[in-house]
Amino acid sequence: MTYEWIIRIITENWPMFLRGAAVTLYISLIGTVIGAAIGLFAGVVRTIPVPERGFKRIFLKIVNGILTIYIECFRGTPMIVQAMAIFYGSSLLFNLDMNRTFAAIFIVSINTGAYMAEIVRGGVISVDKGQFEAAQAIGMTHWQTMRNVVLPQVIRNILPATGNQFVINIKDTSVLNVISVSELYFMTKSIAGNNFHYFESFFVASILYLIMTLTVTKILHRLEKRMDGPESYSLQR
Amino acid sequence: MDKVIEIRHLSKFFGANEVLKDINLSVGKGEVVSIIGSSGSGKSTLLRCINLLEKPSGGEIIYNGQNILAEKHNVSLYRRHLGMVFQQFNLFNNHNALSNCVVGQVEVLKRSKDEATETAMKYLRNVGMEQYIHAKPKQLSGGQKQRVAIARALSMDPDVLLFDEPTSALDPEMVGEVLKVMKDLAGSGLTMIIVTHEMEFAREVSDRVVFMDQGVIAEEGTPEQIFNNPKQERTREFLKRTLK
Repeated sequence: MTYEWIIRIITENWPMFLRGAAVTLYISLIGTVIGAAIGLFAGVVRTIPVPERGFKRIFLKIVNGILTIYIECFRGTPMIVQAMAIFYGSSLLFNLDMNRTFAAIFIVSINTGAYMAEIVRGGVISVDKGQFEAAQAIGMTHWQTMRNVVLPQVIRNILPATGNQFVINIKDTSVLNVISVSELYFMTKSIAGNNFHYFESFFVASILYLIMTLTVTKILHRLEKRMDGPESYSLQR
Repeated sequence: MDKVIEIRHLSKFFGANEVLKDINLSVGKGEVVSIIGSSGSGKSTLLRCINLLEKPSGGEIIYNGQNILAEKHNVSLYRRHLGMVFQQFNLFNNHNALSNCVVGQVEVLKRSKDEATETAMKYLRNVGMEQYIHAKPKQLSGGQKQRVAIARALSMDPDVLLFDEPTSALDPEMVGEVLKVMKDLAGSGLTMIIVTHEMEFAREVSDRVVFMDQGVIAEEGTPEQIFNNPKQERTREFLKRTLK
């Protein structure tokens, strides 16, 4: 009878499932993009060579200190706890009534940013030292070297890790049900709460999660292939 | 002869280890200077000090009358007048052969894309790589990469071209193609400083040969003097070991 119940649940609740899946995809996509941008910024700042003395050294030291605290705090605590603390804390401490979807995107973004900062830092370090030297020898400044030579290589190098983070985010947005964001898990819970068929309802949800993660993985693989360009080149006559 | 670069009392420490000791060397306009010596003698470090990839610990480097080691001297501005060819080529992996030669001109020299492309093509033709402009570095052989790297350095129209063991990472059959390009350059009146293990080549193209040993310049002179009548015992020893 389970099979019949699954069909029935889908036919009766498909708009809710789809809306939940859409919210999940929306939050994780925006969160991953913003998070990647934060990570790129933080990772690049943390790899700026610190001069031996002067104002710039003090400034960089302070900024690096702040970034380290940010990264360690958000990597070191569960997102479910951050969600509760930020959502309820903002209303209690700052009298801020956050929109739930906004809060969700905010939390996913800063979380992803903390992880991506380390991934980007690793990406910059893994670029061959000779690339930096060749760019400097031509007379490029640090920023010109980064923009024209290093970052394009870093972005290619971190693409698999970014895709991985996106997949993690699709799954982990489910913890945001604790602040009543109407993502897929939250929707499924209320559907199951009405029909009392928990297994069947969550079976449908798992299929939806799987479709989303597999699609994203596939798209990112295509993107990587495209960035690598053609295997061969044509001779110029 | 006009001096382009003059090095005075240059020293370099790595930690407590003094790898360059009181180096004095001047290079005139249009001169081709080869630096020879065994591994660890400091010749690559000296070359890297000249364009400040290594920061000298003491001394002066005078370029066109200015001490570039003085505080507040703009390093990037100075480096654009020097071209560098590396042992490991160091072509930009994310750019194709043409773009490798264009990006520096556009970014650093602020040339227009068209002008930069024209200049790049001129030098890529000189090194015989004009057919491969669409190839990425990983699709080229070592000798081809090094020729593109030379074209990239030339595209910046440098006053001095520095070569850091440009053929040491090449398969033997590819050494010739790179040396031929360098020989043509030496004949064109370009100022060149070449760190090399290719003794025949150094003897043939250099105006002056500098022999380094244990962080000091042990002897310098014309190729004739160094290779045929070395004065120092250690120069004789080194040449005996390398010239079989």
